[in-house]
Amino acid sequence: MRYPPMLGPATAGARAGTDAAEDERTSQSRGSWLLVLALSLLLMLGLSMTTPAAAQDAAPADDVAAMTLLEALDVDSFPAKGRAIEAIVHSDDPRARDWLQALLDGRLQRAGDGRFVVVLDNTGRDWPVQDALSGEPLGQMSRRELDRIGINNALRNQLRSAIAVVDLYAADVGLRRASAERLLGEVDGDLAGPLVEVIEEEPDARVRERLVQALAIYRLEQGELEAIDDLQGSLHPRVRVALNRAANGDDPIVADAAREALNGIEQMLKLNRAAETLYFGLSLGSVLVLAAIGLAITFGVMGVINMAHGELIMLGAYTTWAMQQLLPGQPGVALILAIPAGFLVAALAGIAIERGVIQFLKGRPLETLLATFGISLILQQLVRTGISPLNRTVITPEWMSGSIAVNDALSLTLNRMYVLGFALVVFAVLMLIMRRTRLGLEVRAVTQNRAMARSMGIRATRVDIMTFALGSGVAGLAGVALSQLTNVGPNLGQNYIIDSFMVVVFGGVGNLWGTLVAGLSLGVINQVLEPWAGAVMAKIIVLVFIILFIQKRPRGLFPQKGRAAEG
Amino acid sequence: MSILRSLASRDRVFDFLVPVESPVDVRHGPILYLEDVTVSFDGFKAINDLNLTIDDGELRCIIGPNGAGKTTMMDIITGKTRPDSGQVWFGSRHDLLTMNEPEIASLGIGRKFQKPTVFEALTVFENLELAMAADKRILPTLTARINGEIRDRIDEILEIIGLKPLHARPAGILSHGQKQWLEIGMLLMQRPRLLLVDEPVAGMTEQEMERTAELLTGLAGKQSVVVVEHDMGFVRSIARKVTVLHQGSVLAEGSMDQVSSDPRVIEVYLGAEAEEETL
Amino acid sequence: MDSSRLWLLRPFGERSTLIFLGVLLAAMTLVTLLHVAVPPGHPLYVSAYTVNLSGKYLSYALLAVAVDLVWGYLGILSLGHGAFFALGGYAMGMYLMRQIGDRGVYGHPELPDFMVFLNWDSLPWYWYGFDMAWFAFLMVLLVPGALALVFGFLAFRSRVTGVYLSIITQALTFALMLAFFRNEMGFGGNNGLTDFREILGFNLRSSETRLGLFLATGVALALGYVLCRAIVTSKLGRVCVATRDAEARTRFLGYRVERFQLFVFTVSAMLAGLAGALYVPQVGIINPSEFSPLFSIEIVLWVALGGRATLYGAVIGAILVNYAKTVFTGAMPDAWLFALGGLFVLVTVFLPKGVAGLLALRLRRRRDGDGSFSGKEASA
Repeated sequence: MRYPPMLGPATAGARAGTDAAEDERTSQSRGSWLLVLALSLLLMLGLSMTTPAAAQDAAPADDVAAMTLLEALDVDSFPAKGRAIEAIVHSDDPRARDWLQALLDGRLQRAGDGRFVVVLDNTGRDWPVQDALSGEPLGQMSRRELDRIGINNALRNQLRSAIAVVDLYAADVGLRRASAERLLGEVDGDLAGPLVEVIEEEPDARVRERLVQALAIYRLEQGELEAIDDLQGSLHPRVRVALNRAANGDDPIVADAAREALNGIEQMLKLNRAAETLYFGLSLGSVLVLAAIGLAITFGVMGVINMAHGELIMLGAYTTWAMQQLLPGQPGVALILAIPAGFLVAALAGIAIERGVIQFLKGRPLETLLATFGISLILQQLVRTGISPLNRTVITPEWMSGSIAVNDALSLTLNRMYVLGFALVVFAVLMLIMRRTRLGLEVRAVTQNRAMARSMGIRATRVDIMTFALGSGVAGLAGVALSQLTNVGPNLGQNYIIDSFMVVVFGGVGNLWGTLVAGLSLGVINQVLEPWAGAVMAKIIVLVFIILFIQKRPRGLFPQKGRAAEG
Repeated sequence: MSILRSLASRDRVFDFLVPVESPVDVRHGPILYLEDVTVSFDGFKAINDLNLTIDDGELRCIIGPNGAGKTTMMDIITGKTRPDSGQVWFGSRHDLLTMNEPEIASLGIGRKFQKPTVFEALTVFENLELAMAADKRILPTLTARINGEIRDRIDEILEIIGLKPLHARPAGILSHGQKQWLEIGMLLMQRPRLLLVDEPVAGMTEQEMERTAELLTGLAGKQSVVVVEHDMGFVRSIARKVTVLHQGSVLAEGSMDQVSSDPRVIEVYLGAEAEEETL
Repeated sequence: MDSSRLWLLRPFGERSTLIFLGVLLAAMTLVTLLHVAVPPGHPLYVSAYTVNLSGKYLSYALLAVAVDLVWGYLGILSLGHGAFFALGGYAMGMYLMRQIGDRGVYGHPELPDFMVFLNWDSLPWYWYGFDMAWFAFLMVLLVPGALALVFGFLAFRSRVTGVYLSIITQALTFALMLAFFRNEMGFGGNNGLTDFREILGFNLRSSETRLGLFLATGVALALGYVLCRAIVTSKLGRVCVATRDAEARTRFLGYRVERFQLFVFTVSAMLAGLAGALYVPQVGIINPSEFSPLFSIEIVLWVALGGRATLYGAVIGAILVNYAKTVFTGAMPDAWLFALGGLFVLVTVFLPKGVAGLLALRLRRRRDGDGSFSGKEASA
């Protein structure tokens, strides 16, 4: 075991109190010597540590020696603690990793009687603990009886690196991946050799790729030109840091190659950024489509202007919230149940609006607009006084949270993915209903020639109600989906009504395909504009664009032609 | 020139019949000329290679089954619909395809709609006032006043269309037939060179129909009139030349007798009716 | 008499206009007398606050007249007239801002406080000239007029009408609201323009100035009303009604409908701008909330409640609704939106001709031949 003279634990301790993030960048070599230590340790032990059975065999180690190791931690000086950590790493003790982890989490504590314990849960007044040496549970202890072994940021970094190295040999592939991740840019000369062997033995491709890159960064630092080949195409920021450094280095050949590699990476990053913008755009677009598609039916197909459409969306969102209140602890189930419930609530509200007001205003679109606007005010105020003027929290179920990492630069959030899929499904179902069912046929008949449809035995009033209920119900579905993306509050609907109308008008009234294309493309346009124009300006530009677009093509992207459209 | 002379001799009798000074050049042929006009809606060809020529002063009846393209043809002439291809000329100077509705209207093409369209909130008198040939730009319209001359002209038309007692009532209260007459009156106020009349006698009584026939035949010679009509009796009573449209193009053209004996016409159009009505 | 001027005087021959002007004059005189001649504390005394409030109502009434001109007679339901109102208000606000001079909190000789606060070092070019009253007052009319001209030109040329037009006017005011919320626009962002001191040298906080503003608003309302009345009783007004009821027919008569629409729309926007300019010094602030779609659609409710296509109905509606709003928001603020929402529904379903329609019903027997605009519903 060699200690690099400048970066021993004493140095680490002397840095106590400096910013962790900054430390991380400047302490590569320290991390790497720790790695060497740990690796050599582990190699010496062979595979004995990797299986639990082997660990059992190693258990009857000298508890007195272990006690000495831990005693060394319970000192005031941070540099001394750093040395003690080294000692633990060297100790070959199978419990070392648990101690280090507990120390890192602040759970390694010393009881009043001098025993070292690991706190299992440090919430509340009394904490359950177990013996650090034997691992036996010791029941609850009052926090007053316990004395925490404190650490600082420098020690925390030291601990993390040490644990990362240990983890590289863990059986769990997740642990190995995480630790390989941490090694990027942390490798140095002492570690490069052993790492080659680790790479050869590593069964997991992703871990291997990471380790190769980690090694290549070191090789690049040594001026090895071929290392760039291993780094080519990596999108990880630390790889770019290393390449940048090489590009500004002394060796012109390496610098050129690094620059070239960087250019390639930059290109790929651009692609990824474009993909990300596209994803966000499609996601926003899917929200617009969901919000507008119900309107496309009530306004586009029936010609009824429902300004309370936004509030029907809001009702759907509140239904989701209410379902989660009814089923506490089951946010996922509640969300799935909210889909039919939200549809139903909004559809019933829609029927009430149609029967209560709209039917009296047939053929007077401007009056319908005003009356339904009044309804939207009433619904908003109902929610404000009945529930609360403040936003409600709707929980995102576990299976919808998180994201899928496509590569180092691009990860797609799951909830948006679900909403996008949901929007497409809703759209497809609506298309089916309009194209393939009796209702769809009757709706099209009534909208094209009411009197004729009537004389053929279609009950036009019933069709009106059904269509309006369908459009309203879809608004409710939009609300259920929106509750996963935005705040659920009384103003939720208001924020979407103008956008929804824009989408319908842009797409061409009476054309569901138009609504889909218009919604998605407006979403993408908005996201493309946002980086250079800002969110508000992007919105304004889109609005102005639509206003100008309507000048050019008053009937939207996909106009209906012919006599029927002239009315 | 003979037309002008006959006009001069008769304009004292029917003051309203004097056409406004129109720049239409009819020295070299017809007043209205449609060539190879085609228009389609969503793939359906409403008008298909239509060729039609209306001579100055002619009274032409256009008949054809539903969907033959009669109304669409009117839409094209008046600038409401743009054809996909073809040419439409008013006289030999004016390409109608380059103009919008008001420009075409002020050239002297007047149109009566199939469904009578009058301004229901305005009085009968005001309806005629708006239709009157005048400077129709904004400021002249804003400052326009009704003087004795205008009042006389409106009164004259009111007499002709028989709505004098109702002149101060909103047009919305008129019966269907009265609205038809009011609309014809509005056409006359415009003093057009070419009148396009879409189903003028729908919903009229026998007497009203007779008066309409009288009026339209009286107009012919000085103004060109194109009448689209379903009522065969009426067409027979006024028609000199009849054009039969079928599927967007001309099927037959000639006098009523010629047309009604044409086997193709009988097959596509008259046949069904001939059994009931015997033409 | 010069015939080109005559159309402006025509309304004075109408009884309804004379009655309207009489009532307005009487109300103005009454308020003035009760404010000036009656000692404070007397039950009949009208406080400066009430004078101010009445002035605000009258500016709203002028705005409602402007909306009725386009909606009632032209059939264009503008859901964006609040934008013209606010632009007029901002033009006036900029003048009032510059009148503050170096007496602002930061004492900068030229820059308004909010610009100093945002570390601007010089006045943006579009603020030039607003220190001169004549220029600012001209802008009060020209800025909303220009916007209406451009917007209307684009919209009417491509024959965007009916509900589509309503929606894009709403989008217009919404876009402007978003824009004016931005600090970078240079109009005070969220807070707008406020802390005004004087107008034309008169202290805005003195009760004399407030009375003067009230009277000025009354006069503006009277002039605006007469102008609109002159327009709607002219042949041009009849072309508007014709356009409203049968646009295609009007085109076939040879009228360039889009130009008439553009003309009336622009006049209406300028009147709305004037109303906004009179509103701002009386309430002491202008901020982007005047651009909110809710405000614009509220204006339409005033007109609907009062009775469309009558002009005086718009005045009645504006005053009724705003008085109710003052009372409600003071007594039970939560109930106001319910009441407002309910009004929208009730008026459109049960009272399509508004209060004026009820009045007209009573007077129908006595009036004859003046039924020009009472025929068909003015729906698009």
